[in-house]
Amino acid sequence: MERHRILIVEDSPTMRQLLVFALKRLKGAEIVEAQDGLDGLRKVTSDDFDLALVDINMPVMDGLKLISLIRDEDGLKDMPIVVITTEGAKEDRDRALALGADEYLTKPIQANKVLAIAKALLKIE
Amino acid sequence: MSDRDDIFKRADEFLAVFRRGAEFTRELVEENQRLRGQIVEVDRRDNDAAQDTTEWGKLRQQLLTHIEGLEVEKEDVLERLRALEEENRQFANRYVEIEEENNNLANLYVASYQLHSTLDLSEVLKIIIEIVINLVGAEIFCVYVHDDKTGLLEPVAAEGEKVPAFPSVPMGTGIVGVSVASGDTHATDSNGSADYESPIVSIPLRVEDRPIGAIAIFKLLAQKEQFTLLDHELFTLLAGHAATAIFAAELHAQSERKLNTIQGFIDLLTK
Repeated sequence: MERHRILIVEDSPTMRQLLVFALKRLKGAEIVEAQDGLDGLRKVTSDDFDLALVDINMPVMDGLKLISLIRDEDGLKDMPIVVITTEGAKEDRDRALALGADEYLTKPIQANKVLAIAKALLKIE
Repeated sequence: MSDRDDIFKRADEFLAVFRRGAEFTRELVEENQRLRGQIVEVDRRDNDAAQDTTEWGKLRQQLLTHIEGLEVEKEDVLERLRALEEENRQFANRYVEIEEENNNLANLYVASYQLHSTLDLSEVLKIIIEIVINLVGAEIFCVYVHDDKTGLLEPVAAEGEKVPAFPSVPMGTGIVGVSVASGDTHATDSNGSADYESPIVSIPLRVEDRPIGAIAIFKLLAQKEQFTLLDHELFTLLAGHAATAIFAAELHAQSERKLNTIQGFIDLLTK
């Protein structure tokens, strides 16, 4: 069975648990959690991931900074990134996408949307 | 070239054309004979069939019966196909419903799990805020806790606005006070209110008949258009579980204080 390593970078334990619940339904999903941008950067640079879900508003290092640092890494330029935030405004979405995010989810999140986006980015039928 | 040679050449050409014509005519005659033979054969069969009408009638009847049987079978198969398609459609709808229910239950489970994951009041309040932002999708809201001494509902945590912006609420007064006193959730279809005394949603937090506080929502996130069935289930869950979580955290803090006092006395007496 093909495995899919997914990194969730989110400071809210509630959101992390919800995302884990949603993504665990993907066959072969191996989920790693990070509680802020710095923790996420450490994990993403020390291990291989097929997908990262990143919250924008986080302590220590925010999601936008994390995305720009990830895209600066040679081996991580193509890793799909989904941004999760409370902001629904188009300019926030454009900013995240311009920095290198592939998709954008707004809170409150819906498990089926998370799954659909993850499947599309991981190219799962 | 002389005229004589030219005449001979033309004569040869004429002869060649004539021979081809003769060959073509011979082929036509043969084909004509073959077709005549076929016509004779068809006529013979027609005559035979006309003479054996009983045999033909029997065969025809058998074929008609068989066709009728096949028609019935076809209708039966089509009916079963329609039934299967309908069943399939119902399964697909049920699958979507179960999937949605599953997602809703996951949300409710996470909310409940997180609320009871700590006995620290500030952590409980933080979790309530996370739930209201992430699961309900509110932008401006306030959490009130009931002060037993004054009888007021005091704002203790908020999102989208600073805590002091929200007024204290006497029990039984205004939307929030009435909601807590009655134990009924107040919910409107509006997605925002600028008046911090008139929330669009007021969730009373009570443990049995004891008022614990309230969650008042004043504005939803821009992308959240209206409340869903899940939101109302979350309100019910918050009304019970957030209240017990706050109550348990307050009791825990009190018991910790009392324990420290008693320990201080024991230390004083034994030293």
